[in-house]
Amino acid sequence: MERIPILRIGDLLLVTIQVDMHDRLAMTLQDDLTERIVRDSAKGVLIDISALDLVDSFIGRMISNTAAMARVLDAQTVLVGMQPAVAITLVELGLTLPGVKTALNVEKGMALLGKSYLR
Amino acid sequence: MSTNESAVRLSTLIQDHHAAILADWIAHLQGLTFRSNAAADEQLRQHCTQLLGLLAVSIRDGGIDNIDGRAWDEVRDLLTEISGERARQGSTPSETATFVFSLKQSLFSVLRTALEGQADALADALWTTSTLLDKLGLFTIEVFQKSRDQIIVRQQQELLELSTPVVKLWEDILALPLIGTLDSARTQVVMESLLEKIVETGAAIAIIDITGVPTVDTLVAQHLMKTIAAARLMGADCIISGIRPQIAQTIVHLGVNLEDVVTKATLADAFVIALARVGATVTRKA
Repeated sequence: MERIPILRIGDLLLVTIQVDMHDRLAMTLQDDLTERIVRDSAKGVLIDISALDLVDSFIGRMISNTAAMARVLDAQTVLVGMQPAVAITLVELGLTLPGVKTALNVEKGMALLGKSYLR
Repeated sequence: MSTNESAVRLSTLIQDHHAAILADWIAHLQGLTFRSNAAADEQLRQHCTQLLGLLAVSIRDGGIDNIDGRAWDEVRDLLTEISGERARQGSTPSETATFVFSLKQSLFSVLRTALEGQADALADALWTTSTLLDKLGLFTIEVFQKSRDQIIVRQQQELLELSTPVVKLWEDILALPLIGTLDSARTQVVMESLLEKIVETGAAIAIIDITGVPTVDTLVAQHLMKTIAAARLMGADCIISGIRPQIAQTIVHLGVNLEDVVTKATLADAFVIALARVGATVTRKA
């Protein structure tokens, strides 16, 4: 079955989304991710969407839900690598993802998480 | 008499009395214009000669009822050229239309001499000639309008490109000095250039300076919020600066919510905050 890989870097988890999302894939990702956060006692999650040229309201909602789930498990989520065109589309759709932290790339996202969870 | 016959007669008349009509027309036109110089006179003479020559051919081949036909192509092209040239030189549309309408007087006097004593034929000829020249005159106005519109569209585009620079102030700090009113089209351009620049420079903070924005209403505020939201999705924070006292009052009276955004009165204040956030400090020497 198709799965999105979750990589562990120290106590961070890195999720790179490279394929088009659909319901089942999203459900599997949320299952896997919550499982991994608990198992690895991760403190932060990075979701990298730099490979996506198209983000619709479904993926937008999926990302905010995932971030909310991670927060309940005491892990900060940072969304990284959004393309300019995607950002404009999401804003026009009214999806500004208010609860999600963002960074330009994985490196900056890791720096952001490093700062916030040490406090 | 059919319209076809009167067209042929008009055409022959113009060809026969070409020189006389031309001289009369040019003299008449020169009487109308106030500024006159050798170059303009020469250009006017050239335009008149060309137009009158083409007119005679087109009337004979294409008739006088339909100036949209193929036989009138050359006349229309010439009028378009003349009209466009005059628009660029800053003439008013009525000046350009008068150029065509003034041919009436010269043509009428030739018709009067040629058809002396035939009242019916004369009235008929006058009517057809008049209708034809009216159509041609209106055509020049239309073309004039079009070329003016093109100039306006071009200027708008240039203005759009000119007025949305994104400048790098410091490592990781961008500034976006906005000048002029923000409408949806401009917001789009502003947003795009800001986001591109964020990717290019990897900036973490963008200062949007609205000193040059004349008024901030709910729509402009909404556009600002959109730009800020898009920048945030890319991982960059925004600071709004350059809020004038008047605008601060308007924002509060309109109930626009800018609470989630950091706002500063001047660009300098915003820059200090931005420097602090990227971990840089500015100190005076000694």
